[in-house]
Amino acid sequence: MFSSGYLLFLLAFGIGPMIYALYLSFTANGAFAGVDNFVRVFHDFRFLPAVQHVALFVVVWLVTLIVLVTILALVVHAVRTRWLSTTARFLFYIPGALAGSASVLLWLFILTPSVSPVAGLLDALGLKSFTQIVSLENLPVVFTIVAFWTGAGGWIIIMYGALNTISSDVMEAARIDGAGPFKTAWYIQIPLMRKWIAYMAIVSLAGGTQLFVEPKILNLASRGVVPQEYSLNQLAYTIAFGPQADYNGSAAISIVLLVVAMGLSAIFVFRGGLFDRD
Amino acid sequence: MTATNLRLVPSAPAPARWLGRVLAIAVIAFFAIFFVIPLAWLLLAPTKNGNQLGSLHGESPFSFGSFDQLAHNWHQLITFQDGIIWTWLGNSVFYSGVALVITILITIPAGYALAMTKFRLRRALLITTLMVMLIPNTALALPIFLELSAVHVFGSPLGVILPFSFFPFGVYLAYIYFSTTMSHDLLDAARIDGAGELKVFTRIAMPLATPVIALVGFFSFVGNWNNYFLPFIMEPGADQLPVQVGLAVLLSSTPAFNPTNAAALTITLPELALATLVSVAPVLIVFLFSQRFLVTGLTAGATKG
Repeated sequence: MFSSGYLLFLLAFGIGPMIYALYLSFTANGAFAGVDNFVRVFHDFRFLPAVQHVALFVVVWLVTLIVLVTILALVVHAVRTRWLSTTARFLFYIPGALAGSASVLLWLFILTPSVSPVAGLLDALGLKSFTQIVSLENLPVVFTIVAFWTGAGGWIIIMYGALNTISSDVMEAARIDGAGPFKTAWYIQIPLMRKWIAYMAIVSLAGGTQLFVEPKILNLASRGVVPQEYSLNQLAYTIAFGPQADYNGSAAISIVLLVVAMGLSAIFVFRGGLFDRD
Repeated sequence: MTATNLRLVPSAPAPARWLGRVLAIAVIAFFAIFFVIPLAWLLLAPTKNGNQLGSLHGESPFSFGSFDQLAHNWHQLITFQDGIIWTWLGNSVFYSGVALVITILITIPAGYALAMTKFRLRRALLITTLMVMLIPNTALALPIFLELSAVHVFGSPLGVILPFSFFPFGVYLAYIYFSTTMSHDLLDAARIDGAGELKVFTRIAMPLATPVIALVGFFSFVGNWNNYFLPFIMEPGADQLPVQVGLAVLLSSTPAFNPTNAAALTITLPELALATLVSVAPVLIVFLFSQRFLVTGLTAGATKG
């Protein structure tokens, strides 16, 4: 049977960890503990701030992503000069190669006034020191910039692909009816892109709640200006690996995050229609 | 700007088109600069010393230092902690490489089975795959750690390689590929000619699947190479880290960011920039070679995990 190898991995590294984390989150020392673990982590003084940090970041990130990716995909698609369009897409995409700690490290340099290539710009914005730039209220924007820099290109190309599927007859008809590029975009292209925009929003929302490597690296670099438990995943990590060594509490946070992710993906699989091939 | 333009469209198409083109090029140029500046800086920074890198000393951030300085930074980097960067790079190659092979071996047949054969629970497997593939892999990292530490597969390479090899998105890609490009008639013809199921797969399906094997391989490798959270929690030893996690160790040894460190064991900023560049070099090379297929949009839905 061709799918048995995959099935084994699905059980071991997909379903299995979820069930085990579920088991841990409702037990203590192997005995059923009801919702004790959840209550304990919800009352942790670091939990609520972490939820707020992540929520604020996700809002800034999603709005930026949706608006800019839609605009950039439309613009790149509208450009008739072929090499320009191809080059633009490639340049937008290439930072994706640095996804992960490398991109955060690179932006660390860019946002450090003493070495930044855009030091003049930072200065003009009134940003004098790295510590000031990564202050708590700036972090959602900082993380949005880093995430947009690494991730937007991939989405722009996906949207571009979606725009290519709109038949030239429809576009031609709009042109004959006197619709300019803005009207065509608003009344024809954006409605037809809606499914893909929803897909991007859901995947990015799920991904955004998982924030880990960005605050982790900034925490290392900022001597604690960025707190060690800025995001929920960082808190879950500290609870498991810190002095508490509380695997049950850590599992409880993981379950909360998993429920959010599962809920979002369920909406998509059952109502999205993108995967209606079966 | 938008309103003006809309009014102009019916009456004066030529200036409107001209305005639109200027606007489009301005937008593209602005964002191209945004996306390229950090990369350009990263390519040049390792050719300088700490003083030249500083933006206060009059050197342009986009000037080239010297090859001697590059060689010096390189030497400093590869002698840091007796060349631990090589160990990290080796670990990355090992983890991502073995995972790549296992991924292809289990993913392509699974996609084939879902698309071309009928079996019990096929639909359940498909839906589960879609659900799990949309969950960010970070969400599963801690649960996987908790599970593996319960069965004591922790701190060994397997603790990273096996989870890396689970790639539901690859199964989805293979499933879509087989179900849209391969005909049942072709497979039936082979069966009538007496080929067994295994032979049908290896002789007919596999040779036709090269594009999707490349695609799955690409996303698996890039995703695993850049993965931070899972190896970070799974590998406690400094000599077990992949290079992406190693970068954080280098960062902690950089006095510009962590002044408390002993001066003898430190990394300067140009060396850290060089390490960043080296750590992503394999992925950058893969990107450059895949350039043509990356920009076409064929990879729809593929980059996020």
